[in-house]
Amino acid sequence: MGKTTTSASISTGLAKRGHKTVVIDFDVGLRNLDLIMNCERRVVYDFVNVIQGEASLNQALIRDKRVDTLYILPASQTREKEALTREGVEKIINELSETFDYIVCDSPAGIEHGALMALYYADEAVVVTNPEVSSVRDSDRILGILQSKSRRAEMGQDPVKEHLLLTRYNPARVEKGEMLSVGDVEEILAIPLLGVIPESQIVLNASNQGLPVILEGESDAGQAYDDAVARLLGEEREHRFMSAQKKGFFSRMFKGG
Amino acid sequence: MSLLDYFRSKKSNNTANVAKERLQIIVAHERGQREQPDYLPQLQQELLAVIRKYVQISDDMVQVEVDRNDSCSVLELNVTLPEA
Repeated sequence: MGKTTTSASISTGLAKRGHKTVVIDFDVGLRNLDLIMNCERRVVYDFVNVIQGEASLNQALIRDKRVDTLYILPASQTREKEALTREGVEKIINELSETFDYIVCDSPAGIEHGALMALYYADEAVVVTNPEVSSVRDSDRILGILQSKSRRAEMGQDPVKEHLLLTRYNPARVEKGEMLSVGDVEEILAIPLLGVIPESQIVLNASNQGLPVILEGESDAGQAYDDAVARLLGEEREHRFMSAQKKGFFSRMFKGG
Repeated sequence: MSLLDYFRSKKSNNTANVAKERLQIIVAHERGQREQPDYLPQLQQELLAVIRKYVQISDDMVQVEVDRNDSCSVLELNVTLPEA
C-alpha cells in the first residue's frame, strides 16, 4: 500500500529541508523501514529495547548516511507487539520531541495494537491510500479511529489534522474507467488531498536499493513526494501527474510506445 | 466484433464507477455503525450465546442497532431464525 515507502520519503523530504527529523518504525515483528532506508545492517538496538530501558535513545537511533538531519528508530523483529506500551511510546516521543522538529511514525498495516500506538500521539496524519476498493475502505476505518481513539480525540483537543495521499495512481487507467479517480477517492473519504503519487517503476527500483523515492529527484514519483512534503509544510503547490501523458509520435517511435 | 459491440464493451469496462458506488454505500454504512455505543458488539455476542442455547444460528443472524432520536434511543434487535 505504500506506508513505509511514504514514511521514508516524507521523513527524508523534511530532513532535506533542514528540519531535524526522526522516523520510527512501529511494525514490531515485521520491521522493514530499515531496509527501505538502507540501514538494515546498522541496526543494533531497536524501539522496544529503548522502551524497556535496555538501550538509550542515542544508542538505538541510526543516523541516515545521505541526509544528516535524518534519524531512524527501527522496530524490533523478535518481541511481542504488546511490548509497545502507551506509556513507553509516550516517554520516547516526549524525549524525541525535545530535540527533533518532526517525528514521523510509520504505522503497520491494519488496525491492531501497533497501528493504534503509531497514531495515538499524532498531531497530523497522512492516510496513504491506493485507488482500490479495499484500500479506500480501510482508510475510512483508520480515519474513524483517528477521530475517536487518538489522544487528541480522547482528551477533547483539536482533532488530528488529516491528509490524503493517493499512491500507485495510474492516470491512463483512470481515463479508461478502470481505476477510481482522485476525485472519487476525495469524495468518498472527504479529507484534504496532500498529493498523488503516480504508479511508477522508479518506486520498486528505489526500494530495491534502499533509496527513499524522494531522492530520485528526476522521477515523477520523486517529484510528487517532494510536492507532498512542501504542502505538508504549508506551501501551495499545484497537483501534478494526475493526467495521462500523451505520447507523441517521436517518443512512441523511440521508446517503443 | 461490430462497432456496436465495441462501444458496449467499453461501457461495461467502466468498473471505476462500480467501485465508487459500492464504496459510497459501504462507507456510509460503516460510518453509521461507528457512532454505535461500544457495548453493542459484546451485547450482540451475549445475545447470540443465549439464542444458541435453543436454536443454532450463525453470527450474522443477530443484528443489533441503536437508533438515536432527540428524546430517546431505540435498541433494535433483529434475529433471523433458520428455516425449520
